[in-house]
Amino acid sequence: MNINATLIGQSISFFLFVWFCMKFVWPPLMEALNERKKNIADGLAAADRGRQEHELAERHAKDVLREAKDEASTIIAQAQKRASEIVEESKNEAKTEGERLITAASAEIDQEMNRAKEALRGQVVSIAVAGAARVLKQEIDEKAHDELLEDLVAQI
Amino acid sequence: MAGEIHSSTDYIKHHLQNLTWGQHSDGSWGLAHTAQEAKEMGFWAFNLDTLGFSLLLGVVFFFLFYRVAKKATTGVPSGAQNFVEMIVDFIDDSVRGSFSAKSDLVAPLALTIFAWIFLMNLMDLVPVDWIPGLAGMVGLPFLKVVPTTDPNATFGMAIAVFALVLFYSIKIKGIGGFAGELTLQPFGKWALPINLFLEGVTLISKPISLALRLFGNMYAGEMIFILIAIMYGSGMMMASFAGILQLGWAIFHILIITLQAFIFMTLTIVYLDMAHQDH
Repeated sequence: MNINATLIGQSISFFLFVWFCMKFVWPPLMEALNERKKNIADGLAAADRGRQEHELAERHAKDVLREAKDEASTIIAQAQKRASEIVEESKNEAKTEGERLITAASAEIDQEMNRAKEALRGQVVSIAVAGAARVLKQEIDEKAHDELLEDLVAQI
Repeated sequence: MAGEIHSSTDYIKHHLQNLTWGQHSDGSWGLAHTAQEAKEMGFWAFNLDTLGFSLLLGVVFFFLFYRVAKKATTGVPSGAQNFVEMIVDFIDDSVRGSFSAKSDLVAPLALTIFAWIFLMNLMDLVPVDWIPGLAGMVGLPFLKVVPTTDPNATFGMAIAVFALVLFYSIKIKGIGGFAGELTLQPFGKWALPINLFLEGVTLISKPISLALRLFGNMYAGEMIFILIAIMYGSGMMMASFAGILQLGWAIFHILIITLQAFIFMTLTIVYLDMAHQDH
């Protein structure tokens, strides 16, 4: 319990320890701590930036998607319109074609009929002539009765 | 009964005596074998146990911290580095909190004070007879293992801190400024002696309160451990009771030793902060 020179020894060792701590222990530890603090701050900032960029990209993607959808719907609408047009057109075309075919067919039929009539008429004439010749039992001079025959044919 | 009291007194006295090395009254140098001899050695004697244990603990502290500091990484810290960094960060926060000027010294100083005093106080938790018992076996007459229960140690540190306070007071304020601070307030220049007396008391009380607070707390704590240890000698019942008491006191003491180390550190920071403030 006596106060003695231990006091001085203790003071000296205290100063030595403080000096040693100041020189070799504190600076590297503090440096490491600050460096890590900086690293963490940088990392957090980078993460923040990344998040922001991600948000931006997401918004951009949404815009692009919406645009694409809009475009697609316009294209579909156009295509539908065009398709109905085409259908309408082909209907019309078909109709006209049909009508044309019908007219042509009826014209041919008429023609055919006329021709048949002609043929029939000719045959009727010859049959009539033959019949008449048989009836009359005499040869009719075709040349002499040409006018009469023509008249007959026209009547048939 | 008288003999028992006598032996208890001896036991306590034995535990409170430092291992002192100095000049005997017959002129030869050597270890003091009684308290009387130690007293007669006067000022130029050394408490080998205080010096030895404090140096040993200081070296332990620096070995631990230096090893970590040398390979401190900025990446993911290992277990030891984590622990050291936790302490360093805590000290750094304390210093930033109460020290306003800029100084490269104060933070390492605070770390040294905190860690060193904590380790020295920690010796208090070693059962009081273990190390002195071992020392007795190798022939040392006394051994006090807790350096902070020796006023020499606490005053040694307090005086060192006081020297730093004086140094920085004069460095920052100049001799004139420091003298002015001591003499010209609080009552103006016409009450110079009163001012000097008041400021002088304030100044001197700093190291004294610093040293005595730590010493008193640790001394009292050590004394209680010694008293508990005496109870081991008086029967089964008392011994088991003493065991519980010792455990309780040791657990409570963990708080005290940390608190005392922290108080010494914080007050040192505050005193140095005051020394740095120019009025």
